[in-house]
Amino acid sequence: MPILELNDITRVYRSESIAVKAVDSVSMTISEKEFVALMGSSGSGKSTLMNILGCLDKLTSGTYLLMGEDVGKMNKNQLSGIRNRMIGFVFQNFHLLPRTTALENVELPLLYSREKLSWKEIRERAKESLKIVGLGDRINHTPNQLSGGQQQRVAIARALVTKPKILLADEPTGNLDSKTTLEIIDIFQKLNDDGLTILMVTHEPDVANFTGRQIVLSDGKIISDKKNKPVSAANELEKIRLRNDS
Amino acid sequence: MKITAIPLISIKALRRNAMRTILTALGIIIGVGAVITMVGLGQGAGEEVKAQVNRLGQNVVLIFPGSISLGGVSIGGGTINTLTIEDAIALRDEIPEVIAASPEVRSQRVIVYGNRNWFTRIYGQSADYLQIRQWPMESGEMFTEEDIEQASLVAVIGQTIVHELFEGADPIGETIRVRGFPLRIIGVLSEKGSSLMGSVQDDIVIVPYTTAFQRISGRSHAMVINVQVFNDESMDIAREKMTDLLRERHNLAPYQENDFTIQTQEEVAQAATETSRIMTVLLASIAGISLFVGGIGIMNVMLVSVTERTREIGLRLAVGARSGDVLLQFLIESVILCLIGGIGGILLGVVSTELIAIYAGWPALFSKDAMIIAVSVSASVGLFFGFYPAWKASRLDPITALRTE
Repeated sequence: MPILELNDITRVYRSESIAVKAVDSVSMTISEKEFVALMGSSGSGKSTLMNILGCLDKLTSGTYLLMGEDVGKMNKNQLSGIRNRMIGFVFQNFHLLPRTTALENVELPLLYSREKLSWKEIRERAKESLKIVGLGDRINHTPNQLSGGQQQRVAIARALVTKPKILLADEPTGNLDSKTTLEIIDIFQKLNDDGLTILMVTHEPDVANFTGRQIVLSDGKIISDKKNKPVSAANELEKIRLRNDS
Repeated sequence: MKITAIPLISIKALRRNAMRTILTALGIIIGVGAVITMVGLGQGAGEEVKAQVNRLGQNVVLIFPGSISLGGVSIGGGTINTLTIEDAIALRDEIPEVIAASPEVRSQRVIVYGNRNWFTRIYGQSADYLQIRQWPMESGEMFTEEDIEQASLVAVIGQTIVHELFEGADPIGETIRVRGFPLRIIGVLSEKGSSLMGSVQDDIVIVPYTTAFQRISGRSHAMVINVQVFNDESMDIAREKMTDLLRERHNLAPYQENDFTIQTQEEVAQAATETSRIMTVLLASIAGISLFVGGIGIMNVMLVSVTERTREIGLRLAVGARSGDVLLQFLIESVILCLIGGIGGILLGVVSTELIAIYAGWPALFSKDAMIIAVSVSASVGLFFGFYPAWKASRLDPITALRTE
């Protein structure tokens, strides 16, 4: 069953006299439990496409169905509801609230939840989410007390706390070293194994190799869309560990 | 969104910038404090004026020469000579409702005792003046009708004179000199406090009016006639009779205006409270301006805060906040900021009113209303000045906001 379906979508930015087609007639379908890498050089339109998929940006033309709902016809408040309920965001520079504990950062999306949650439920779900990313023991640390990898884990926990249908990650490893990158990808692979659909923007082919499908954009068009046999991040981490031990 | 989360988020944000929060709130604290102080002092002054008018005596009527008046208060008093001593005697003897009348003459003179001297006011009054003013003696006694007939060189002095000239020693029987005349002190007045015009009433020497007219002031006419009417109910009729009597005595034709002004205690009180009310309004509006300036400070800081937290706002929008949620968050934040200011302002207002009241010698008045108004006004200031920044925050585009560095 498709999680999202793009049908001939176009996004045009107009500035005074020039109109730029950032996304040009893109059609694609992403099914449940897929782990997809969205690739392309800078200016290829991948960020714009990501914003559209994340219901942050509007379409100029075409249709976008998310879980069968036509997102293009929704107003701002409905879109914010969709973002809260169905989508988890992970950003390159984490976007954690400064001087706010990991737990409170993770609670944030639940405060805007349309479900009526008690403070106790909010707290429990946030703790649970932090446990999934392996930070159950650091819930009261503020971002400046955490390493980059740990901060990104908090951000992933925050994305997971609303139990979204799809996780959108925009260059999630862009600011991380190679070992930490593997750790984050490992988390993604485990979440994907447990059934979560993940779409990750990256410009690094190495990182894209951990995914099951690679879509390449150029000048706002899809130029390649192929299946991939994913490399296991857990195995890579194990290799590093063995090398360091010997 | 979860309603109880909004104030928590706001308080957390304010605590993150504690110093800035305090400084911004200070604008409101000073504004609210100033309003409360000014209103409190104004009301206190009003009460004090009322008390002072009562201290004037009971059922007292003042008759001034001339008819020029402004807002009920004579401004020509003492400049025109139309009231005579005989007028005062006639008022007392011919009108049954009038129980006492004292022709007053004031002069400012240096009085000498031993090697000390003091510049003071010397009042010529009748023997029943103290009864009119309800002013008890502390020691000794008041001069008598006989002293008035003989224009005796006797005086009754106020507390200030006792302190300044006699350094607190018992002055009764001592002699002071005015323009070369020796005045024997026969009585000391009890303390009276400040007058309506703010002068110290205890800085006074009272002598028989005959003595004052003939030997000290060099005047021939009364500056004021202090009259006491039998009771409150007979005030209106007494007033009419006094007018008729004085017109007759002054040979005024029907077309001529009164050459005197009769003012009852109530009229004096009204004029005086009106003055203090105007002062209160004036001071409170100036204080209100400082509250307004404080509000602009709030708006400024909230705008800075919105700019600084653009990324935070972007993130909140991305994870599902509606623009209404963001609007509410920033609005509540500025309202809380103003409420902190409001509460601080009440404390500041109470303390400063007390301090000023001690200095000025007024009673300080705090009404619950003034405080409720202060708090609700500061909350409205928060709403009013916080709205634009909050609205600006809620209009942010999440994509641009997240990309801001």
